[in-house]
Amino acid sequence: MSLLEVNNLTIIFGGLRAVDGFNLKIEKGQLYGLIGPNGAGKTTVFNMLTGVYKPTSGKITLDGEDITGKSTIEINRKGIARTFQNIRLFHNMTVLDNVKVGLNNQKKYSVGEGLFRLPRYFKEEKEMDEKALALLSVFDLDQEKDFLASNLPYGKQRKLEIARALATNPKLLLLDEPAAGMNPNETAELMETIHFVRDRFGMTILLIEHDMKLVGGICEEVTVLNFGKELAHGETSKVLNNPEVIKAYLGE
Amino acid sequence: MKKLLNKKNIISIVSAALIYILITYLVSSGILSRHYQSLLVPIGVNIILAVSLNLTVGFLGELTLGHAGFMSVGAYAGCLFTVYANLPVYIEFPIALMIGGLVAAIFGVIIGVPALRLKGDYLAIVTLAFGEIIRSVVTNLEITGGAGGLKGIEKTSNYTIVFVIALITIVMISNLVHSRHGRAICSIRDNIIASESVGINIVYHKLLAFVIAAFFAGVAGVLYGHNLGILKPSTFDFNKSIEILVIVVLGGMGNILGSIISATIITLLPEVLRGLSDYRMLIYAVVLIAMMILNTSPKFAEFKENIASKLKGKRSKGKGDGNVTIRG
Amino acid sequence: MGFIQQLINGLELGNIYALMALGYTMVYGIAKMLNFAHGDIIMVGAYTLSLVMTNVGMPPIIAILASVVVCSILGVVIEKIAYKPLRNASPLTVLITAIGVSYFLQSVALLIFGSNKRKVESAITMQGISIGSLELTGVSVVTLGVTLIIMIGLTLFIKKTKLGKAMLAVSEDKGAAQLMGINVNQTISITFAIGSALAAIAGVLFVSSYGFVGPYTGALPGIKAFVAAVLGGIGSIPGAMLGGILLGIIESLSKAYISTNLADAIVFGVLIIVLLVKPSGLLGKVRMDKV
Repeated sequence: MSLLEVNNLTIIFGGLRAVDGFNLKIEKGQLYGLIGPNGAGKTTVFNMLTGVYKPTSGKITLDGEDITGKSTIEINRKGIARTFQNIRLFHNMTVLDNVKVGLNNQKKYSVGEGLFRLPRYFKEEKEMDEKALALLSVFDLDQEKDFLASNLPYGKQRKLEIARALATNPKLLLLDEPAAGMNPNETAELMETIHFVRDRFGMTILLIEHDMKLVGGICEEVTVLNFGKELAHGETSKVLNNPEVIKAYLGE
Repeated sequence: MKKLLNKKNIISIVSAALIYILITYLVSSGILSRHYQSLLVPIGVNIILAVSLNLTVGFLGELTLGHAGFMSVGAYAGCLFTVYANLPVYIEFPIALMIGGLVAAIFGVIIGVPALRLKGDYLAIVTLAFGEIIRSVVTNLEITGGAGGLKGIEKTSNYTIVFVIALITIVMISNLVHSRHGRAICSIRDNIIASESVGINIVYHKLLAFVIAAFFAGVAGVLYGHNLGILKPSTFDFNKSIEILVIVVLGGMGNILGSIISATIITLLPEVLRGLSDYRMLIYAVVLIAMMILNTSPKFAEFKENIASKLKGKRSKGKGDGNVTIRG
Repeated sequence: MGFIQQLINGLELGNIYALMALGYTMVYGIAKMLNFAHGDIIMVGAYTLSLVMTNVGMPPIIAILASVVVCSILGVVIEKIAYKPLRNASPLTVLITAIGVSYFLQSVALLIFGSNKRKVESAITMQGISIGSLELTGVSVVTLGVTLIIMIGLTLFIKKTKLGKAMLAVSEDKGAAQLMGINVNQTISITFAIGSALAAIAGVLFVSSYGFVGPYTGALPGIKAFVAAVLGGIGSIPGAMLGGILLGIIESLSKAYISTNLADAIVFGVLIIVLLVKPSGLLGKVRMDKV
């Protein structure tokens, strides 16, 4: 059984079929790419997968469970975490606290236990600190744990967003243009990190990307989206050499 | 216990004790005139109001303009209890404080559940509307004494009681902010979409902040009523809500220590600057506008950071609980 | 007094709310901010009218023009000093500033004129009309006419003129409007000028029917006008008219049949219900957040 199965996913915005009959199958542990020209509907797919938009029709199954039309919060609890095209950090909070917000739902102490500082507060806060620091060190952010998130350089902000998403303990990680705005060195480093996350955590990753070097370098399979419809899918190297795909990217 | 006695906590405990000893000395030695002594309770009440409002405005990032409404509901509930129940003071008063807080918290739920679906300007207006509705209803009820006010409340509040309650409020709010629930509340302020994406229950945490703030506003109301001995509905109007907002804004949104200092200044201001009492409203207005413009200006942010790094020496870059700069 | 007369009273009051709500809705719709001080600009307009008529001894028409000019300039100055530096700030920051401006105008008026209300002669000298036992005052006939003319004029202005279209563009997307060569700052300034001019006219008509002006005269009507604008759907010009009239009728019927003291509470209750049931108001559009 695939980890994520999307069948015939469609969304209509006031007559415009932004995504039309979209299908996707991702196996556990796979690194999967979703590519396509600007406005093809890639982020809309992400928004439907994470419950930001409710699909008009179609079905999304995560690990055998139907999650179609569920709220963002429920879907995160079922196991999908994401990053955003335009970075969305908690910019007035410290780097450590950003990750700890991601760990929030795994801890159980109540409001009262927090207000009165009962033993479980200390125990669970300590666990959270340890887990958050471990995650931060994976991304080489542990030195900056007390910085405000807004004071991090751009590349590190992207990494922090991935760390925060991983903190929610997802089965599937969605990355929306992780390399946007990065220079080639930073992109190369990011590729390594993404690879590392997959290997270290056994994570399944679906990413949207325009940087073909990154896609070609790390994705095992890709799906190409054009005008809301699937243009091609399959093994990355084959798809990227498909004349239809090249045409869609470069125009006639 | 070891965790409770870290360096920061010890400093806080010692400074609280020193402040209390200082106040007691000033009062008993007669250095503080009777007039200034009478301001000690209002200062404490305003600290409780400001610290609790800071939870919604500074930490949750939602403007509510009905804080005086919660204060009023709590004040009437608690004071009606002591007026009608004839129990010994040391039993009666703590119960009255709890009743005031709980009734205000219940109103917080009743108002919060529908209102928190709205955001920004609409939430502000709806809380303002609720505050005005509460005031109209209180004015027209018989049991509250109507526009003439509720009279015959025992003057139980003294500076020791208010000091202790204010301290409890500060500790509770700051404990909340530094717990997982408080982090969730701050994350909603910083980026609600990201907050949802990591599974934070937005409605629950907004309501939590709103209700806890209402609870402490209610407690402050009970203290206020038992200080003056009379409650009038006109006290709890829109202007009172604005006064608390001015305190929070001046002290820095999301800054608890700032709220405490600024509550003290704003309560003393009209007394210290007697001749300027006509200009009080004008000063409030200018404070609100100037603080907002300064906090938005990048040059001022830079200036503040420079000062902060000079004061703090090594641990300069971006650390700490400082003021929140809210961006669009 | 009969039910019909109560309805007419409500209509008179409602027209004034509608006129105030037009200014509110315009500023909110285009500058995307709740100009809390709108009600206080109404107060400034009323004071100006009274000063020019009584102290300077000018005829009403000059006084009305003077108050329109003073309020327009005031609106633009407020925008430049207080709101413009906050173009990219959060709504919370802008709202607190607007409350500050409202407070500022009230306290300056308090310092200049004192807290006693000042009697104002009506600027409208028209005779009332009576049909059978029903009576319409001259002021309310004028108010109805003026409100209708302004509503139609504003709609045409926004739909047909270049400046009106620029305003629409700014309200949709400031950045994109700028790229299309629209001077965003100037457009917002003009919006404030027009909104404040409308506030001045509302102020003139309000004191003409009410008879007194004080530092806080504008505060409560200002908030009610906002309620009217929200009721009709903020940003919608016919909505402001509809919301204002409905609000006036609700208030006047509550006063007559329920309780004078609770009328304000009922008006606010209506606002809360409308916002909860239909947050976009009666004639407003629904918008979706973009992720």
